[in-house]
Parts: sequence; C-alpha cells; structure tokens
Amino acid sequence: MRRSTVLTSRIDLRNHRKILLVDGTLAFVGGLNIRDHNLLALGGRHATRDVHFAVRGPVLAQIDRTFRDDWRFAAKERLTAAPVPAPVPAEEGCVDARVLLDGPDEDYAKLQMTMVAVINAARQRIEICRCLLQEPELLIMDEPTSVLTPQEVAELFETLRRLAREGTAILYISHKLDEIRRLCDEATILREGRRVASADPGRESAASLAALMMGEGAVSEAPAATLATLGVGTDGEARADAPTAHAIRSPLTEPSARLVLDGVTLASKGAHGITLHGIDLSVAEGEIVGIAGVAGNGQDELMAAIGGETRLESASGIRLDDQDIGRADAGERRRLGLCAVPEERLGHAAVPTMTLAENAFLTGHHRRPLRRFGLRSGRASRAFADAIIARFDVRCNGASSLAGSLSGGNLQKFVVGREILQEPAVLVVSQPTWGVDAGAAAVIHAALRELAASGSAVLVVSQDLDELMALTDRLGALCAGHLSALYPTASLGVREVGLLMGGETLAA
Amino acid sequence: MIRLERRADPSRLMGWLAPVFALLATLVAGVFLFALLEVPVGEAFHAFFIDPVSTRYGLAELGVKAAPLVMIGVALSIGFRAQVWNIGAEGQLIAGAIGGGAVALALYEVEGWFVLPAMAVGGVLAGMAWAAVPALLRTRYGANEILTSLMLTYVAGLLLGYLVSGPLRDPDGFNFPESRLFHDAALLPRVLDGTRLHAGALVALGIVVAGWVLLSRTLLGFALRVNGAAPRAGAQAGFSQNRLIWFALLCGGGVAGLAGLFEVAGPIGQLSPNISPGYGFTAIIVAFLGRLHPVGVLLAGLVMALSYLGGESAQISLNLPLAVTGVFQGMLLFFLLAADVTIGFRLVRKRSRP
Repeated sequence: MRRSTVLTSRIDLRNHRKILLVDGTLAFVGGLNIRDHNLLALGGRHATRDVHFAVRGPVLAQIDRTFRDDWRFAAKERLTAAPVPAPVPAEEGCVDARVLLDGPDEDYAKLQMTMVAVINAARQRIEICRCLLQEPELLIMDEPTSVLTPQEVAELFETLRRLAREGTAILYISHKLDEIRRLCDEATILREGRRVASADPGRESAASLAALMMGEGAVSEAPAATLATLGVGTDGEARADAPTAHAIRSPLTEPSARLVLDGVTLASKGAHGITLHGIDLSVAEGEIVGIAGVAGNGQDELMAAIGGETRLESASGIRLDDQDIGRADAGERRRLGLCAVPEERLGHAAVPTMTLAENAFLTGHHRRPLRRFGLRSGRASRAFADAIIARFDVRCNGASSLAGSLSGGNLQKFVVGREILQEPAVLVVSQPTWGVDAGAAAVIHAALRELAASGSAVLVVSQDLDELMALTDRLGALCAGHLSALYPTASLGVREVGLLMGGETLAA
Repeated sequence: MIRLERRADPSRLMGWLAPVFALLATLVAGVFLFALLEVPVGEAFHAFFIDPVSTRYGLAELGVKAAPLVMIGVALSIGFRAQVWNIGAEGQLIAGAIGGGAVALALYEVEGWFVLPAMAVGGVLAGMAWAAVPALLRTRYGANEILTSLMLTYVAGLLLGYLVSGPLRDPDGFNFPESRLFHDAALLPRVLDGTRLHAGALVALGIVVAGWVLLSRTLLGFALRVNGAAPRAGAQAGFSQNRLIWFALLCGGGVAGLAGLFEVAGPIGQLSPNISPGYGFTAIIVAFLGRLHPVGVLLAGLVMALSYLGGESAQISLNLPLAVTGVFQGMLLFFLLAADVTIGFRLVRKRSRP
C-alpha cells in the first residue's frame, strides 16, 4: 500500500467544463495523464479553456518562468467569466486580478520578481491563489497543505468553505484525517486504486476513517463501539478515561539500547524538504523497530540524519552504543558500526555504472579489509561481492556485472546483503523490499531477523504496512516530520497504525 | 523534429572508439577546409601532419608541446571524473609560471641543486592558490566553478602582464615587458641534446602513471569516480563532496602551475607576457579526447601537440593562417562531443505536436 487517500466528493468530472487541479497524483482527469510532471510543467502555457493545471512540488520552479503569462491568462479568464469581484484572500503575494489587468506591465514584472523571492510556502500559496482567482466550478486539490503552517491551513480552509458556499465543487485529496474531518462534507476512501467506502467525515472519527483507509472493518459499523477499545473519542481527541490499550512508551535509554535519537530536530534543507521535529527513538539490541508513514513525511530526511549524510548540530543527538555520533559523517558512523541502506537503489545505495565488486567496496571498505597497502584490492572486493551474491542468491553474471544491469529485486538483495555481511551494530534500512518480488522479499526479511537475533539493532523505515507488521517488534509512524510514540507491534492493528500515519495520537 | 532518446545500454566499445571516429571526421572536414582555402589537399596534409614529425628535432618539439597538455590533461580528467569542472587551467598555468618564475628571479645568480625544486614548489603553490579561489567559492557559497575558474584566467593573464612590465621587468631590458633571462641553475635540464625537449616531459610521464594509480587503485580515486557517477551514493558511503571538490581543484591547479613553471623554465627561459598558446584550454579537449583516462590522455596529448606543430608548419610552407590550428582543435572537440551524444542517445524523428 503506497498511498491511501480520502476523497471528499464523488463528482463526474466530465460534467464540469472548467477544471482546476492542484498537484497531480491523480491518475487521469479528462483523459490527461496528470502524473506526467512534464505535462504539468507545461500546463501553465498549454492550459486549455477546459482544464487548467496548477502544481505542487518540483515543477514549481519551472512554473515561475511562465508565471506572468499564467497571471494574464488567469486574470483574463476571470474577467470574461465573472464580472463580480473575485473571492481572493488578501494575502501578500496574491495580487487582485483587477490590479493586474488594469496596471501597467511593471506590475507584472514586479510580481514576477516577488515570485522569485518568495519562499516555498508562499509559492504554494500563490499557486492556490492562482487557482482560486479563476473561479473554477470544480477545484481539485491534492495534499495542498504539505508546506503550509497551521494558520495558513486555517485561512485556506476558510477560503475553500467560502468558495463552496458560492457554488464551487471542491475535490480535496489528503491522507490527513483531521483535515478531511474539518473541511469536507462527504468523503470517499480509496485503497489501492479502489473505492472502498463513502462516509460523512463530520460523523466519522479519525479512528473510523483510519480503519477504512487501512482496510479494517466496514463503514456501516457503529464507529463509537470500536472506538472505545482504541481509547479514541468520537471527536478524535484522546479520552482520558478510555482503556489505555497496549500503548507503552518505552523509556528513552534502555540499558541495551544501541541506537538512540534524542530530540533530533533538523530544518529542511531544500525548498521541498520536510523539517524533522524532535525525533525521539531508541532501538535495542536484538530488536527490529519499524517506522511507518505516507511517503514524503520526512523519511528521507530521517534516513539522512541517521545515516550521516546530514550531520546534526549537536553530537549527542544521536548515540550509537553510548557514543555521541551526531557530528560524525557517514564514513565514521559506518566504521563505528552504523550501516544504512537508503531507499533509492540506483544512484544512492549503489552506483549503476560501476560493477558489483566496486559497489561492494563502496560501503564495505569501512568495515571489511578490502584494501592492501592502502590501495584498493580488486581481489578482496570481488571476493566480498561473491560472498554477498552467494549468501543472498543475487542473480547476476558475477561480480563484474554492472549494478545498473541487475533487476530491482536482485540489486536490493545485493545492497541489503552488503550491509548485513558487514555485521553492523545498527542497521537502518529504508523500504527494504520496495518493488521486490516475493522470493527476494522473504530472503531479505529472514536476513534482517537473523541480524537482529545476532544482537544488532535494526530500524526499518517502510511504507509497506504488511512488512512492518510482520517484521518489527515496535512500531511508530512519521507524519509531517513528527515521529509518533513507538508501540509494541503486537498491540497495534492496522487501524491504529493508520491513525498514527495520519498524525493522530493514540491514548497513552 | 528530431529528438534525443537516452539509450538504455550505451556501448562501452563505442565509447573508446569515439575519439578515433572524431579524428577521422576531423580529417574529412579538413579536406573540405583546405579545398575552400584553395590549397592542394595532399600537400596541406603533408605539411600539417607529416612534416612536423619527420625529423628528430620535430619529434622532440612534439614532446615539448605534449608535455604540458598531458600533465594538465591528466590532472583535469581526475577532476572531470568527479564532475568538478575546472575550466581555468590556463589561469592556473599562468599563476604557476608567475610563482615559480618569481622564485627564480629572487634566487637570481644563486647556484645550487635546490633552485629548481624551489621554483617547482613555488609554481605548484601558486597554481593551487589560483584554483583555491573557485574551490572556496564552490564549497562555501555554491558558486559555479566553471565560471569562476574561467574568469580567473583573465585575471592571471593581466597580472602577468603587469608584473613583467613592472616589478619583474628586466632592469637591463630596454623597457621590453619581459623579465631577466633565468640563469642556468634555474633552467630545466635538456633530455635530448640539440633539441628543446626538457625534463618536464619525463615529469609528465610520471604524472600519467601517478594519475592512473590514483584513479584505478586508491580510495581517493574511487571516491572521485563515485562522486562523478552518483554523488548521493558517495555521500551515503561517507565520501565528503566538499573535500573531493577541494582535492580536484587543487590537484588541477597544482599540476597546471607546475606545467606553467616548466614552460618558463624550459622552452621560454624567462617570464614574458605570452607564455602559453592556450595549453590550459587545449588540455580540456585532451582530457575528453583521452576519455578521462591517463593513458588515453597521453595519446590525445600527442595528437593535439601535433595540431600545434602542424599549424606552424602549414603557416610556414603554405602561408595558411595560424588560426587553422584552432579550427582543427575545435572541430576535433565538436566531432568528439557529437559522437558521444550518439553513443549515449539515439536520434528519433518525431512529429512535432500540433
């Protein structure tokens, strides 16, 4: 399950002449493939009168260039479509359409310059404004609040409610249960590309929506009954008098903890990154801890912070066997025994244009004797690669085949095996079986269990809930850069995990 | 409309053959060029490619021209492998000539074995200092090293012009903008009697070997190659990108500085406003023509050195303009890049969208 979404309305898209779209993880609208970000980038210029695109994410930079044209277009559209004043929120960076139309060209230029200067959140705000400006009949928004502050979200919701009152249909896609419940009149729950249920989010609780999203229980069940066992009130708030369930927060530093994260806070680096907020986490020897979450909620940033690609401000933020390693780089951490397998196989975990022997050397040289007299030993690298290939049944043409020529599953077995054979004290692995066939997944899971049984600590970051449920001892979830408390996996159902992924808390 | 589509599996064999094809295409284009210039094609080719290397002196000259190209080419290809684009080797060469030359002038008339090594150190350090500026700007502020290193080339040229017409001018030189002629202890020993082939050519061969060992056998060379092929993989394996950038630029700058010193301590024998016919730029072509491999760079350096000699020879015997050299070098790079594009991509005819 890669992505669960909750739709807010059932709308026959074909009935609407004018469609606005924010972002594009929807598969098809009006026969156009919205996933194709190139097409989206062109959307500004090539927008027809029927379908307008606005986008979130990496293509915004490209949008900037055509931004001026977009504004003109949008403003003209607005003028011909509706002579009434536009319901535009008076925000900085969001200029009234009339000013744009009547004003001289300098206003456009000025706006364009502002556009370049504004930070990411403001950009997204402008994108949203740009859509609102055109007074659409149908507005489609996919996770529009990812970079907005809570205050901005409130403002956006205010605007959306007003638009709805004025007759705009709004299709709002989000995995944040709280937003759905605050904003929407009607919800459709999709799971793995299928519509599984419809509900009135005002009458559902976060827990019942989560249950639908994660595929447990049916919507017709009385929500209140199931909630009591969860310790979650019908209003979504934790109820003090509810049974405490099984949620037990483990103490931060157990005697046997091998990896400890202590309040790791890390500002996002790129314009589209996620900020990590006070991540507390500990993984003990022999333990497999899982971190669930919808993609893009800080998994990459967390992996970089633990693996050492991003260094922390304070050395004590991350401890490995009671050594402070927050300031150490990835190489030092590997020498000390913390090995990481990033999610992206090609270009991150492995170099596609290099051979398996070279890729074995890539991370293996820190902990294995792959150098002789300071020089790279081709023979030792090949022997190490051969050992990985044999132990993990990697199908390839030997250690000299290029990493890029392997199938995804085989390369995954190779990169996971490469770290496991280094017998790390702590192994951190992201999406260990993403895109991997069942046989390879079983091999990898068995190897991870074996590693933990040998006394290592294993942290698995994954979006595959089945995997986490089957593999881990304790489980938490990342949502918008916040890590939930960790709970014994045996005490959690998919419904509870869904709540955690949606940023809700289980009763303590 | 023709579109480029990335090939799933680019041929490795063709990667090595591309320079050969580029050379052939350059020769074919050369036929047209000579025909347009209305010179007999056969005679022109003979003057360009055969005459220069038909004598012992000519072969030695080939070594003289190839030495700086090969040295710098190897150092640049180490950087290029790591995707660090040092385009300013010419400026680093001039800086090295200034640094090493200044040492020679400061030690004027001092005899001793230590004079040349001191000059070499001066040249290397000056070249490194010149390359340290783009390295600092890149690692600290994210400034593009292509632009900064290139622009510093012109600063170095102007600095040299100022020094030889001011502080470093020969006091007995009738106000010509040149330094004193270096004394004997500050001149590179000759390798072949009666020619200008100097010890720098041997150093260039040593640098080829050192570059080959570095790239193929050391952890540092491995890290550089990983950084070039997949920087994120390098980061997760613990290679610091900033350190690699520093190394690549300092290595290029240091070697280019040494090459600059060899020029003024070898064939030229003094500081003058023009000490390099663009070796630092030509070495970029040499690096790519040699497939960023030290041995390939050695061969490519000889080819490019021949183009310098051929241009001079054609100028003398056929009255062709010296610009022919530049045209040949440019065509070679052009055809090489075109060949590389067709190796990595396939040309697809596509109807443009209505």
